[in-house]
Amino acid sequence: MKRTNIPALMIASALSMSVTSVVFARDEVRVVGSSTVYPFSTVVAERFGRSTNFKTPVVESTGTGGGFKLFCSGVGEGTPDVANASRAIKSSEVELCAKNGVADIVEVKVGYDGIVLANASGVAKYNLTTRDIFLALAKDVPDGNGALKPNDAKTWKDVNPALPDAKIEVLGPPPTSGTRDAFAELAMESGCKAFDWIKAVKDQDKKRFQAICHSVREDGAYIEAGENDNLIVQKLDANKNALGIFGYSFLDQNMDKVQASTINGSEATFENIADGSYAVSRPLYFYVKKAHLDAIPGLREFVLEFVSDDASAEEGYLEERGLIPMSGDERDALVDQVVNFKSMS
Amino acid sequence: MTERKSPGSLSSSAMPGVVERHRGEERFKFLGLAAILVSLSFLAFFLVSIIGTGYGAFLQTALKVEVDLTYDSLGLVEPATEEDIANIRYRSIVRSAMRDIITEDVGRREARTLYGMLGAAAEFDLRDIVVEQPQLIGTVASLWLTSSDDVDLYNKGDASEASQLQTRLSEKQQEWYATLEAQGRIKTRFNWTFLTSSDSRDPEVAGVYGAMIGSFFALGVCLLLSCVVGVLAAVYLEEFAARNRWTQFLEININNLAAVPSITFGLLGLAIFLGFFGLPRSASLVGGMVLALMTLPTVIISSRVALQAVAPSIREAAFGIGASRVQAVFHHVVPLAMPGILTGVILGMARALGETAPLLMIGMIAFIADPPSTLTQPASALPVQVYLWADSPERGFAEKTAGAILVLLVFLLLMNLMAVILRRKFEK
Repeated sequence: MKRTNIPALMIASALSMSVTSVVFARDEVRVVGSSTVYPFSTVVAERFGRSTNFKTPVVESTGTGGGFKLFCSGVGEGTPDVANASRAIKSSEVELCAKNGVADIVEVKVGYDGIVLANASGVAKYNLTTRDIFLALAKDVPDGNGALKPNDAKTWKDVNPALPDAKIEVLGPPPTSGTRDAFAELAMESGCKAFDWIKAVKDQDKKRFQAICHSVREDGAYIEAGENDNLIVQKLDANKNALGIFGYSFLDQNMDKVQASTINGSEATFENIADGSYAVSRPLYFYVKKAHLDAIPGLREFVLEFVSDDASAEEGYLEERGLIPMSGDERDALVDQVVNFKSMS
Repeated sequence: MTERKSPGSLSSSAMPGVVERHRGEERFKFLGLAAILVSLSFLAFFLVSIIGTGYGAFLQTALKVEVDLTYDSLGLVEPATEEDIANIRYRSIVRSAMRDIITEDVGRREARTLYGMLGAAAEFDLRDIVVEQPQLIGTVASLWLTSSDDVDLYNKGDASEASQLQTRLSEKQQEWYATLEAQGRIKTRFNWTFLTSSDSRDPEVAGVYGAMIGSFFALGVCLLLSCVVGVLAAVYLEEFAARNRWTQFLEININNLAAVPSITFGLLGLAIFLGFFGLPRSASLVGGMVLALMTLPTVIISSRVALQAVAPSIREAAFGIGASRVQAVFHHVVPLAMPGILTGVILGMARALGETAPLLMIGMIAFIADPPSTLTQPASALPVQVYLWADSPERGFAEKTAGAILVLLVFLLLMNLMAVILRRKFEK
């Protein structure tokens, strides 16, 4: 019988171990949220861990929506302190937070990110307008008589006679991606508004307007290439005819392999995204739980490191990673707010 | 076989269809061989492409620079205390060392690209060297420091002309690189950093150590739980439990559990271990428990098969000389079934080692730069590291990803080897 006792003891000890560790103290900052902000957040976290005596913050890439779900699940050590987001927090998410006792949230804008449409370097560069993008990629397009017809454009020339006679083949992220949401909102919608009658729909029927402008065609011209932007860059390198949709930081790292198309006559350069003349760019944020500021060691300092000149000002180390910093005035106002940890109103 | 076909032995009229049947056999053998060849060629393709990209992760480029560590330039007085050494501004020392080599006049913008040739790694290298050898302070030391990832990739890819055209180094940097190379200041060395450091956002500093420790912890917990619980459950079900509807019902459920997608176990872990028991997020303890849930059905099934394979005569002989059921099972049946049980456990562990999906839900897919030292600290795991690096924009991570896959493969190979050795040992 003696032999059977040993495994039984092991189970008992394993169970008691799990019960005793219920009480734990967290001494590192926990960050969740957008995969677009993740590369920047982690760089700050690493620098912060190396240059201070605090532990390196743990950064999870859960996507913006998933991040807010965790962030708003309550106050306490079991919940994250910071949520990264590639869009502003929605009112429904603020309500969810409030319902779970997360009342005071500090909003911090980090900078901007551009979304580019690029093809392999070495072949002709595309000069697109948002109207071209809409007509090439939307599921249904205007038929010229104030109604919609299924998109039957095969080549870029069908869309706009000034464009090359090349097959429409665009590699982009799937619908679950924040980049795809932003692309639909910024590029497709602005092209969609070029048609007056669709623009008029917006006031009458917002849902229908969204359905027209945000639906991407499913007949093979738009190819869902997964969330991995590196993969899209590699595929462009192999397929010279295709265009790809990805974030500016990936363009920045692969300038030798791919070139970005101009959109509405504006090049996807650092300067154009910073001053807003490049149409397809979006602000990036993170949100801080105010109740945790005093409870979690290093949280206050981590936030201050993020907004420090070293990190997010022009020529800061985040710029090297492809983040587009805010202009001087906008930044000054923000830093002023963040240093005092002013809550969102 | 040719003899059988010879007309003298058996005529086709005596054995109708014999020619056709032989032909069928030949066809089957050919198809079987083709199937093996196809799967082997896939494996070979995978290995060649992974090794082809991944070997670079184990090499790093170093630049030789003269570092001015005299007391004057450090602004220190003799003798330097430990605190002084910790507070030395290594970044600016590395930068001025670069300026000493490239003497031409460069503007501010260009100077930044010059400093960019020695990355963050050089700073940490220098600090480690100085902390280890404080006697260097007061001298001008000639040291090899790790280059930035762009220089590293340029150096490793310099065999082909295409890589010279496709590089992230600017023309100016390429010129400087040529100057450095002409002076014999560039060498390629083994990348120990890759095995001794943890995750980082700088490819030249990043390593798999933290992920390896995390995997080790999680697998330890998983082994303990799934081995003990799984083997006991199997022994009870096979040797002690009565055969009735209940045990049949259990059996069907265990078989079904083995086929459940692994992410489901992550959801279960999130709800029970994190939600109900309040265990910390991202901890290797929880990771191990979730992986144990996943491997349990596999362990139970393979252990039961192993127990079934023990001849009934062994049990009968034990009973015959007056052994109790427990004695018969634990003194005779389990030791004989051990090779099979162990194989099942180790193969289950090998599967757990390569799993990421269940870890996603419990927060182990995260940027974790500090290697864990206890089971409750945040930890990542090897496959998670592969996943995270594959998604990073920096070019240098491509080879690091393949390198991490190689490390993972080596571990899997070792575990399978262990399974073979243990089986041999117990079969004697």
